[in-house]
Formats: sequence, C-alpha cells, structure tokens
Amino acid sequence: MSEQDRPVYFDYAATTPVDPRVVEAMLPYYTSHYGNPNSMYALGREAYKALEDARERVAAAIGASNANEIVFTGSGTEADNAALLGIMARMRKDRKHVIVSAFEHHAVLEPARALAKQGFEVTHVQPNIDGLISVEALRDVLRDDTALVSVMHGNNEIGSVQPIKELAVAAHARGALIHTDAAQTLGKIPFDTGELGVDAASFSGHKIYAPKGVGAMYLKKGTPFEPFIKGGGQEFGKRSGTQNVAGAVAFATALEIMQDDMRVESPRLEALRDRLVRGVLDNIENTVLTADAPQKLPNIVSLLIKGVEGEAMLLQLDGKGIAVSTGSACSSGSLAASHVLLSIGCPPEIAHGSLRLSFGRYSTDQDVDRFLEVFPPIVARLREMSPVYTKMFGVGTS
Amino acid sequence: MLYSDKVMDHFNNPRNVGVLESPDGVGEVGNPVCGDMMRITIKVDDDRIQDIRFQTLGCGAAIATSSIVTEMARGMTLQEAVSITKKQVAEELGGLPAAKMHCSVLATDGLKGAVDDYLVRHGREAISGGLEHDDPNFDPHAIESEDACDVTK
Repeated sequence: MSEQDRPVYFDYAATTPVDPRVVEAMLPYYTSHYGNPNSMYALGREAYKALEDARERVAAAIGASNANEIVFTGSGTEADNAALLGIMARMRKDRKHVIVSAFEHHAVLEPARALAKQGFEVTHVQPNIDGLISVEALRDVLRDDTALVSVMHGNNEIGSVQPIKELAVAAHARGALIHTDAAQTLGKIPFDTGELGVDAASFSGHKIYAPKGVGAMYLKKGTPFEPFIKGGGQEFGKRSGTQNVAGAVAFATALEIMQDDMRVESPRLEALRDRLVRGVLDNIENTVLTADAPQKLPNIVSLLIKGVEGEAMLLQLDGKGIAVSTGSACSSGSLAASHVLLSIGCPPEIAHGSLRLSFGRYSTDQDVDRFLEVFPPIVARLREMSPVYTKMFGVGTS
Repeated sequence: MLYSDKVMDHFNNPRNVGVLESPDGVGEVGNPVCGDMMRITIKVDDDRIQDIRFQTLGCGAAIATSSIVTEMARGMTLQEAVSITKKQVAEELGGLPAAKMHCSVLATDGLKGAVDDYLVRHGREAISGGLEHDDPNFDPHAIESEDACDVTK
C-alpha cells in the first residue's frame, strides 16, 4: 500500500487504538501477575498493589484529594449511570429535581429518563447556538429542590467545552450537586476536580488510548451514593466485581501519557483541525462550521455540508479509506437527526449533512492533505445527484 | 448495520442517474427535512417505460433503492411498474437493514408518482392507488417492524 493510500482515521472521538506503551504496561496483569487483588497471598497482594497504584496515579492526574474518590468501572457509560442513579438513590427526599443538558451523551440522557420514570422531575437545560450551556441558562432552571446537575465537560459531536467551574458554583449556590461527563475531555484539556469544583465525573479508557472495557468515576468524598452493582463490596463498596487490574493499570498509564503530551499535542491537533476546516470552507461552497464555541476541544470539529446526506458522505469517504462520523439520521438507525445538532438550533434538513471529524495521536498533515484531495469531488458528485441542491442552495458546485 | 454487496454496488455505481429531457412523466417524493428526496423522470411508449432517470438526496440505501428501481422498471408496462413493492426492491438488493426499509418506499413512491403524472397529463386515470408518503398515517417506523420486509432477519 502506498503512503497515499494509507487508511485515514478521523474518528478518535469514537475510539482510539491502544497505545503500545499501554499494552506493554497492562499485559503482565493478564499473564504472570494474574492474582485477584482481593486475595491475601503474594500473587493477590501484587495485583492489589498495582490496582491501588493505578488509582493513586489517576487521582493525582485529575487532582482528586483522595485516591478512594476514584472508582474503576467497566466503561464511561457505566460511570455516568452509576453517578446519576447512584447519587439520586441516596438523595434527601425533599430534593426531587434533576437538571441535565439537552445535548448530553445518551449515557446521561437515558439514566435521566429512568430517574423521571422513578418520579424525579427532570429538566433539560438548552445550549445556545455556539454549543454552550451558559451559567444564566442553568440559573434559570435551578430550583430550591434541585438535587443534581449533569453537564458534559466537552461535547462529543461538536467539541464545545462547557464552563463547568462557573456552572458548579451556580449549582452549589442552590444546594445542588454537579456531575460532569468528561469522557471527551480527559487528557485533551486540563481536568482538575478541585479547580472545576465538581462532585462527580465520568471517564472512559478507550478515548485515551487505553482499551475498551474500562472507565472510571470520580466521586467526591461525602457524596451520597448507592451502588447499583452489588456483591463482594470491591471498590469501597461502590462497584462490586473483581477489579479489572490490567484495565486500571492501562487507564492510569494512558492518562499519564496524555497529560505528559498535552502541552505539545493540543496545539498540534488544533493546527490539523484548523487546516482541515479552512480547506473545506474555502474550497467547497455551502459549508459551515456547526458551532463556534469560545472554548473548544483541540481534536473534534463538526462541519455542515449543505445539500448532502451525511451517511452518503461517510460511505463514500470509507470507500477511499477515510473513517469519519456523522450526525445524520440515516447513520443512526433512528429517523431523527442528531439531538445534539437539533439542540443548538441546527435545522433538520441541514443537520442531515453533518460531518464529525476527530483527530488524535497518529493523525498527520498527510492525512489532512488526503482528506482535502478526496472530499470535494465526493461532495460535488453527491450534490449533482440531488434533486433539490440547486433549488435549495443556489447554482452548481465548485 | 451492514449493507449487502449489491447495495454498496448500486450506491457506488448508481445506474440511470440524471434527468431526462422533456420527460413524459415526473415523480417527486420525500422531504429534505427528513433527509431524503427523490425525483424520477420517465419516457413512455405504448404504455411501457422506455427510459428512466433518477436523482436522489439521501443515504446509501436511498440511493441504492433508487438505482435498482430504475433498472427494474425499465421496459415494464406502466401497470407492472406501479406494482413493484418495497419488499421486491429490498429483495432485489439482497436485503436491507431493518432501519432502512423505509428507503425502498421512497423508490417505489417515486416511480408511482412518475407513472401517474404521465397518465394524468394524457387525461387518463392514475393507477398507482396513491403514494405511501401521501398517506397521513404513513409511519416509516412501522415498516421497520414488519418482519416480511426485513430480509436480513
């Protein structure tokens, strides 16, 4: 395969390859150091030490004051479910109101829906057109009986970063707790629990070059919590089940690499992102940036390609060896366009043409070149096939 | 969700794309708000479809079903053409994922619309019996659960 035909992966927000250094760190806990961390003999103590060492490293990386504020889970989704359902299960009875942002990941929206079924009142706070949950918007929906607020740190489709620190102050001022889903931000922009002032947070391993099947929840000391996985009382009683020692080691190792690289990697990814965006907007007519938040993730960008359907673009790019993602209805199996795009006021007929590109450790300038070479003819061809493009968006494609 | 090889072939190399000049009948269905829209133009001779072209805005399945329906309809009598069912379209493509079954309705409706347009222009009765998209009770989700349509099951 020539360099030009090298597959291009622009979907790091979906998942990442496991870094070889992470694989190396975790492998012994599958083979030679296979003990159960809850066993008392040497093999078990060895695993226990590795697990607790990983916990301390994660705690240090996110500024948790105590290692036992870190609970390893099976995924970011599990951490979100545990935080929302677990906190609300032990909430004092006079606090019946929960606020989640309208553009949360389904891992938060669905447990919120479950809470509504249990009898809690759930309010969806709306982002503005820049993809931002403003402090004013949150203040407008906070009530004296609000128990919990959950707003994601960085949005997975449009990359906007939320002012969590200010939102936390507003929530706490009304006696509410705040949880943030940081699956997309951990290791990409600074995340410090003390600085942000959150009571709970969720993280995912496979977004930071650790394997799928490991996540973590930060739960500030003293936060009410009822475990929904009950059993042998592992993870301080907060998440039963023999711990994924190799996964925990991988998570800690991956996070440390992310933190070490951040200062160099962030501007590098921003440059790739901005060059790709400029290339698309300058060379293909009727394309726009989906949202332009004041603070955004370095590695995620969403573009709207008007008059083209997202899945068709995705499949055509796939045919050229380029992996991307879209918020179009057709790619999701449902018939509605992405709830994220609709929540920021994007009209459905435009939202169907969204393209999410996300960059990572192995993305290169050549990848961007290849995309910019391949993409314009794909758009032109699909627009030529459309019965309404000229009518809706004016003449011809460039 | 996986597409069959034949769906991918028709998506990547769609047959009969374009618009016929001075067509005898035009069918337009769908809605950009829903993400898909189709236009079919036909040439008719002695009540048979002599030539046919389509344009489609939509996903892989929408484009593939449009393409295959033009191949199926070419040379058919008008009555045969309006009798093509969404199930036949899906089967001809080697099956469609359940969530995409509604796309084949776009194709059959587009064809019905073009045939009816031809007949009405010539002062004759429409024969399609109406488009599924025009039915106020048309619910694309209902099609997904119709087992008979889901060739992948």
